[in-house]
Amino acid sequence: MSENGKIREKYPLEIEKILSKYPPDQKRSAVMPLLYLAQRDGMYVTKAGMNEVAEILDLTSTEVASIVGFYSLYYDKPAGKYRIQVCTDLSCALRGAEEFLEKLCENLGIRVGETTQDGLITVEQVMCLAGCDHAPIFQVQSGEGLEYYENQSVESGMALIEKLRHEEAQKDGR
Amino acid sequence: MMADNQDNIGYVLLRHREIPDIDSMEVYQKNGGFEAFRKVLTQMKPQEVIDEVKASGLRGRGGAGFPTGVKWSFMDSKNWPHYVVVNADESEPGTFKDREIMERNPFQFLEGVAICAYAAGATEAYIYLRGEFWPVAEKLDRQIDALETAGLLGKRIFGSETNLRIITHLGAGAYICGEETAMLESMEGKLGQPRIRPPFPPSYGLFGKPTIVNNVETLTNVPMIIARGAAWYRTIGTEKSPGTKIFSLSGCVNKPGNYELPLGTTFRELIFECGGGVHKGRQIKAIMAAGASSSLIVADETALDTKMDYESVPALGAQLGSASVIVIDDTVGIDWLIHKTVHFFRHESCGKCTPCREGTFWMDHLTGRITSGKAGWEDVELLQDVANQIQGKCLCALGDFATEAVLSGIQRFRTDFELKAGDFTRQGEVRKTE
Repeated sequence: MSENGKIREKYPLEIEKILSKYPPDQKRSAVMPLLYLAQRDGMYVTKAGMNEVAEILDLTSTEVASIVGFYSLYYDKPAGKYRIQVCTDLSCALRGAEEFLEKLCENLGIRVGETTQDGLITVEQVMCLAGCDHAPIFQVQSGEGLEYYENQSVESGMALIEKLRHEEAQKDGR
Repeated sequence: MMADNQDNIGYVLLRHREIPDIDSMEVYQKNGGFEAFRKVLTQMKPQEVIDEVKASGLRGRGGAGFPTGVKWSFMDSKNWPHYVVVNADESEPGTFKDREIMERNPFQFLEGVAICAYAAGATEAYIYLRGEFWPVAEKLDRQIDALETAGLLGKRIFGSETNLRIITHLGAGAYICGEETAMLESMEGKLGQPRIRPPFPPSYGLFGKPTIVNNVETLTNVPMIIARGAAWYRTIGTEKSPGTKIFSLSGCVNKPGNYELPLGTTFRELIFECGGGVHKGRQIKAIMAAGASSSLIVADETALDTKMDYESVPALGAQLGSASVIVIDDTVGIDWLIHKTVHFFRHESCGKCTPCREGTFWMDHLTGRITSGKAGWEDVELLQDVANQIQGKCLCALGDFATEAVLSGIQRFRTDFELKAGDFTRQGEVRKTE
């Protein structure tokens, strides 16, 4: 059992609530919400986490791993605590999203897909976020969920990153 | 009031733009909210609800435009339980209407879901939201809780025999899950890959049971149709495309945004009157009416005067789809544009059908070569060939979607490709004139 994750220990009420959404004989449907729970703390799903989700749902670890691999909001490797995901699809690109992404990365001293040295911020290029009228737009994904930031500039993006860094520094100082 | 000609008909869907705080249950109820649901539960049989929606002529707003009432009437009455699954996976580049509905006028949407569930005989309705809509789902959960507390959802609603749970389910970043059978697979905890159809969801849907899959905007129309009647609904829009539609306007325009207009409004009215025209004082070159899945429309006078409805747009060799109108100005190279759309579809191909999986990969390579000036005309011809090999050969529409802008782009904006590849062979030799 040492291979297993810890969501049953840490989030028993959440697991119960998730399972209650689906018919008892169809609990496999809970795999996606359980995977969000499994990556809540580390922002990626560990092998142990996949095993645990598989055990809860009577699936094989391979089946769970295939779900992690297929859907783009699950991760099987660690990266930044916050993933800043910039949409550069057609409508956004027509309104300067590609330049925005490039300059944001330049300011952070990283390339697209890389993580800042403090391990806090990963900047990624993603597909349409359904916010095309408010480009440039990005979302910030963390273990706690996702949040949209619309009508962004490099300045507002950097200000947000500074705020996140400040908050983390305060947490560490506690 | 937005400058989008709402004076005559008022809003049917984006009612938060005229009624402040309609996202509170109290305000929604004060404005007639949940009276339509009460009416169907206490005065109408499910078949009567289906007939009324049929009579309204409402067509699916997710893209296909299939008559909603007709879809509801296909539910297999010999196989139970029945389910409703709401498609809130809004992922088409250029589409951002369902998010505004769910965020700003959520109770009308939820009432529409409830009425649909009653018509379907379903006691459980799932809302499948794209994972990126996490905060929207959290808010909907709280609103659903409030409705249960108020006795508007849950058991024995309005003292009737009807029970209903509405349950949100978050996807995790996959465009393909907007395809209805891929969505059902995903809801079942599997890879989001389309099923072979038939059977269609009304006979074999979620968990193998009869299921209605409808888009958010489609269902948000339903409370108004029940409250005001099918005849009223038919006074808006055109004969074959009744009602209003939310047009998501984006790209090279001054005022991008959602505009709710009667179906049959022209491109010119949307782009120039509502959207304030092309940005940076430029000229309009092309229009994509259905997001990245669109064929490219040459934005000439005829096109601009074309009505945006399910019949008129196809006459331009394009589709209305989800009515995500992307405006392209005269500085944009169509070779670059199709590389953008193809790159999207390559990323979003689920990998199940070989023509789509391999074809989008090769089209991504070819369009990349062409737009970076490293291609010869043979590559343009090869690109057309690959696109033709995809069309009509896949289980779902994604493969076809990936080819629409490519084939229409090369055909209708040939000069853009000749500029990039026309004078050269792939080896960089100057092409001989024939």
